[in-house]
Amino acid sequence: MSFYIASSPHNHQRRTTATLMNIVLLAMIPGFIAQLYFFGWGVLFQLGVAIAVACACEALCLMARDRSAMMGLRDNTAIVTAALLAVSIPPLAPWWVIVIGTLFSIGVVKHLFGGVGQNIFNPAMAGYVLLLISFPVQMTAWLPPASLASNVPSFLDSLHLFLFQYTSEGYSVEQMRRIDTGTLLDAVVMATPLDHIKTQLSQGLTLGEATQHQQFTGIAGMGWQWVNAGYLLGGLVLLQQRVIQWHIPGAFLGALAVCAIIGSVFAPDYLPGLNIHLFSGATMLAAFFIATDPVSAATSNRGKLIYAALIGVLVYLIRSFGGYPDAVAFAVLLANLCVPVIDQYTRPTTYGYQREER
Amino acid sequence: MSNEYATLSKDGLWENNPALVQLLGLCPLLAVSGTVTNALGLGIATMLVLVGSNITVSLVRNFVPNEIRIPVFVIVIATFVTLVELTMNAFTYGLFMALGIFIPLIVTNCAIIGRAEAYASKNAWPKAGFDGLMMGLGFAAVLVALGAMRELLGQGTLFDGAELLLGAWASELRIQLIQFDYPLLLAILPPGAFICMGFLIAGKNWLDLRRKEKLAKQPIAKAQRARVTTVN
Repeated sequence: MSFYIASSPHNHQRRTTATLMNIVLLAMIPGFIAQLYFFGWGVLFQLGVAIAVACACEALCLMARDRSAMMGLRDNTAIVTAALLAVSIPPLAPWWVIVIGTLFSIGVVKHLFGGVGQNIFNPAMAGYVLLLISFPVQMTAWLPPASLASNVPSFLDSLHLFLFQYTSEGYSVEQMRRIDTGTLLDAVVMATPLDHIKTQLSQGLTLGEATQHQQFTGIAGMGWQWVNAGYLLGGLVLLQQRVIQWHIPGAFLGALAVCAIIGSVFAPDYLPGLNIHLFSGATMLAAFFIATDPVSAATSNRGKLIYAALIGVLVYLIRSFGGYPDAVAFAVLLANLCVPVIDQYTRPTTYGYQREER
Repeated sequence: MSNEYATLSKDGLWENNPALVQLLGLCPLLAVSGTVTNALGLGIATMLVLVGSNITVSLVRNFVPNEIRIPVFVIVIATFVTLVELTMNAFTYGLFMALGIFIPLIVTNCAIIGRAEAYASKNAWPKAGFDGLMMGLGFAAVLVALGAMRELLGQGTLFDGAELLLGAWASELRIQLIQFDYPLLLAILPPGAFICMGFLIAGKNWLDLRRKEKLAKQPIAKAQRARVTTVN
């Protein structure tokens, strides 16, 4: 009697890619709901259009490459990419912005590099960077949290704004961005907490003065702290479900926290502190959903630690000293570039072999 | 004889194109191909230098000791670059300002010293000059194609600022093909150059592949029965 000898791995997980992607999508729900609550219906339209375009583009690319379109679509990776891109861009950005971004993410960054599992860059972040440097005006038009806004667009108004950039009564996105300051004359256009701090600091104000603004309630700015808390919750679910390991979020948040603490100790007036860095911008989304992309991240556990710490340091440096208020996309892409080198030097020793003396 | 020239033109323009196949001289190629006009200006300048340097190197090839050939090539190339630079300064001042440092940088274009070393220093001057012309044309063609792609995506125009190169009448050449409210700025920025270049190279490889497949499918025109000898 002969036994069939299979090569390793001998230990199988029953979970398929599609299952993992579904868990990721479900884990995004708390953060997504927070975004929906604070920033309005636009988020939903962005998500819908992104998913539709991503699926269509994925199917076309697969057919052009003589692959089965259904097999490719069934693993849901395109939907995750679309969802990550959709929650990254301003909710009332015009529809063609998300269409261009998704086409670039799926068509160029994913399929030109060989499809699922072959892309060296994170598709969602590469699409985001394309949009950010091509359409800076649309990509920085974030809305104020609903409780501060002087005009909160209704569902239909949001749809109208998404499609045509003005409501049926003729209000523009710019007017939707104004916040209620109590007086009629002082209608000010709102910026995100990180953007606000960056602008104020560059005008010579101190951090304390910059955070006097009424949007800074709680830990790190109204709305944004809850969005981040939502993604943190989702991330913990992912950890608990063992979809991701602790290495990447741990090293990313750890590196960012260490940098932020050092910065606050040496220049408390000019560098935002730990609370702002951890609970503002895209920190939690990046830590648990973006940097943990298994394809473009480093492979070994030690490699993951280095990769994620690199992202954390880069995010801190760009946020504090760079030209952009948030830096997750650039940091992730730069770290993606370093992954082959990191993998080369962190290759684990094969079981049973001695580590080579250097 | 003419066969040699045909091979040279085929190599320079397509098979061994300095930009698409050898990937030489990418620095100016990527940096100044923001518009067709800039691309055309730098393409012509590079081509002139390439022809001049190839002919000169070929003429002096028997007098130059092998050990010091590289410095001699560089001096010859630098001479022609200076000539072109001063000419452009005199006649196309606007373009001279727009191209800036990239005109003197033609000296360091690897495509030029590569042709001097690989071809001109081993062949007679008419062939060397023709090789320079064809390589230069190939390089300029890729530059213009890249410039057209980037200008179209980034501004929606073609031949914007052509008067800088060709004189006042050429401002008529400017074509507004698409009116963008928000142009794709990425195409004008350096990463856009790399991405467009990638698409051009992919396009060339795809065309080559398709031609090869077509050739493989065609039956051999005059099939001959091969004489088979077997060794027992």
